[in-house]
Amino acid sequence: MRTLLFEIKESMLIALRAIRANKVRSSLTMLGIIIGITAVVVMSTAIKGIDNSFQSGISALGTDVLYIDKWQWFTNEDWWKIRARRNITMEDFEEFRELAKLPAAVAPVISSRQIVKYGDRRVESVWLNGSNSDYVKTTNFTFSLGRFYSEIESKSSRQVAVIGSEISKSLFPLGDALDKTIKIGGVNYLVVGVLAEQGSFILGPWNPDNQVFIPIGTVFKNFLGQSWNTITVNVRAQNPSLLEETKIEAEGVMRKIRGLTISEENDFSINQQEGLVDNYNSVVGVIQIAGLFITGLSLFVGAIGIMNIMFVSVKERTKEIGIRKAIGAKRRTILGQFLLESSTICLMGGLVGLLLAILASMMINQFIPTSVQYSAVVIAILVSLITGIVAGLAPAYTAAKMDPVEALRYE
Amino acid sequence: MNIINIEHIAKVYQVGSEEVFALRDVSLRIDKNEYVAIMGPSGSGKSTLMNILGCLDTPTSGKYDFNNVSVSDMNDNQLAAIRNKEIGFVFQTFNLLARSDALHNVELPLIYAGISYSERRERAEQTLVEVGLKDRMHHKPNELSGGQRQRVAVARALVTKPSIILADEPTGNLDSKTGEEIMGLFTEIHDKGNTIILVTHEEYIAEHAARIIRLRDGLIEKDEKVLSRQFPKVKAAGI
Ligand SMILES: Nc1ncnc2c1ncn2[C@@H]1O[C@H](COP(=O)(O)OP(=O)(O)O)[C@@H](O)[C@H]1O
Ligand SMILES: [Mg+2]
Repeated sequence: MRTLLFEIKESMLIALRAIRANKVRSSLTMLGIIIGITAVVVMSTAIKGIDNSFQSGISALGTDVLYIDKWQWFTNEDWWKIRARRNITMEDFEEFRELAKLPAAVAPVISSRQIVKYGDRRVESVWLNGSNSDYVKTTNFTFSLGRFYSEIESKSSRQVAVIGSEISKSLFPLGDALDKTIKIGGVNYLVVGVLAEQGSFILGPWNPDNQVFIPIGTVFKNFLGQSWNTITVNVRAQNPSLLEETKIEAEGVMRKIRGLTISEENDFSINQQEGLVDNYNSVVGVIQIAGLFITGLSLFVGAIGIMNIMFVSVKERTKEIGIRKAIGAKRRTILGQFLLESSTICLMGGLVGLLLAILASMMINQFIPTSVQYSAVVIAILVSLITGIVAGLAPAYTAAKMDPVEALRYE
Repeated sequence: MNIINIEHIAKVYQVGSEEVFALRDVSLRIDKNEYVAIMGPSGSGKSTLMNILGCLDTPTSGKYDFNNVSVSDMNDNQLAAIRNKEIGFVFQTFNLLARSDALHNVELPLIYAGISYSERRERAEQTLVEVGLKDRMHHKPNELSGGQRQRVAVARALVTKPSIILADEPTGNLDSKTGEEIMGLFTEIHDKGNTIILVTHEEYIAEHAARIIRLRDGLIEKDEKVLSRQFPKVKAAGI
């Protein structure tokens, strides 16, 4: 045991000497591992960041909200079949509000993409959401300025708007949006409220921070004809545990409103956040597998490079191996020397890669809040060590079994 | 008491379909504290014999006892241990590790012998002093002259206090004056009680030894005592 430790220590020193003596080659060898490890760690960090953003973003949508819609968010069903469904109208909504007893709040929503302007500043293709004053009750919105539009403003289709935090930042860098008049599609609106930051960029157009909210009547009046547009009915359950019951009730009520017989299928869909989560998970799953494959490939290429260079190194140092054997190095000593050399090179490469990944993650952190995971650090170190051992095995074995006389004759 | 006892050693190389006999039938005994020179024309099998005696190579047939232990039955690890502890090899081309300084080169066999850092440093330094390289310990081979390099190699051979020193044409790459200095070193080493076998094809080098074995075509042609033994004209360690 003691002699084994001694041998490992001495082989380590010999390996370090060899690495120091061949600085250029050693660093070139490291490059493969550096790239591989950096890629793997940055990848996992980025995915983690996206995940965090999604989780915090998704909660802004609320876990207890149903979206009754003509369209189904994620479906395998034929598009033309869904397209053929009847629109959901304001009349359907009014009836639903009367008949459904379980919901905490119900709101009709219609959306349109518009340009929003204030003076010289403008934001293109903003989701403009028309609804009623109950809409805010179907969300978890908090306000940095002002309030949501009132029932009276909603009923009388006033020209008032509530804007998301990103829109406010773009149009009012000084944060003085309240009571200003903005132009949406050429019409003036009074800003009555500004949302505090809600979601995260990951939700894209679903992120309330990038949206504007006005009364639904105003949308019909200024942008869309009521008759040929379908609306979404947002339904909030009293609490998440009542979501299933609320959904069952909503389905029954909607079937009644739509006059469907028992044999007919639903001609509407009830969407919920869960579907979004499932869909997200499957997308991220694919990204993870693809990312793992690509970064794994770069590590593999790195390992092949190391094996190659170790073979060259063994060949070049044939004479050295002969000398060492002539003065008493055993096979396992030579094997250990080269294995330690390749794994030390890989480990150093892994550590440099890790360092680069940490720097890269700090940069990514500017866009997506994230940091290198503790587990990623451990895995990176293990992976680079194992790569070094695996890549060094064949060359080290070649070195170990060299014939000393032939090795000494090598020039 | 003999250190080396070989009987009917042969070494055959298969070159294509042809058999090349490097050694045909060589039997030899070498006693403790002998100083033997092996001579012979190029290709007569001198290096092959030395490599077999040094346990670097194995014979095709024949018996080899080293310190009365049969080498023929030893495995690779045991041979490595013999090379490490019992044999000090000096080569014509020095065979030093180019990137390591003199001290590390001399220390290397002690590392493989499992000797602790402080002890092996001390022993390596002391041996370098003995061969007259007190001031060159931290020089790399390319910062040393040929003679100095060979002194490092001799120190490396001596440092483990082996049973025997084997030197294959140790002066072959040196000018005659430097060669003479190295021969002085060998005489000194011999005088301290070491056993030496040395290969050369120069008569005046061989005459430093007490016994000359002449090889021809893989056979011993002559094995004789040196009557007019030469003693070095140059002071060995040059201190
Ligand atoms: N690896 C080898 N393969 C084939 N023939 C060899 C090999 N090594 C040595 N020989 C042959 O063995 C003979 C003796 O070689 P060697 O012992 O090196 O001679 P010396 O050292 O006396 O000049 C030579 O004819 C040489 O060609
Ligand atoms: Mg020779």
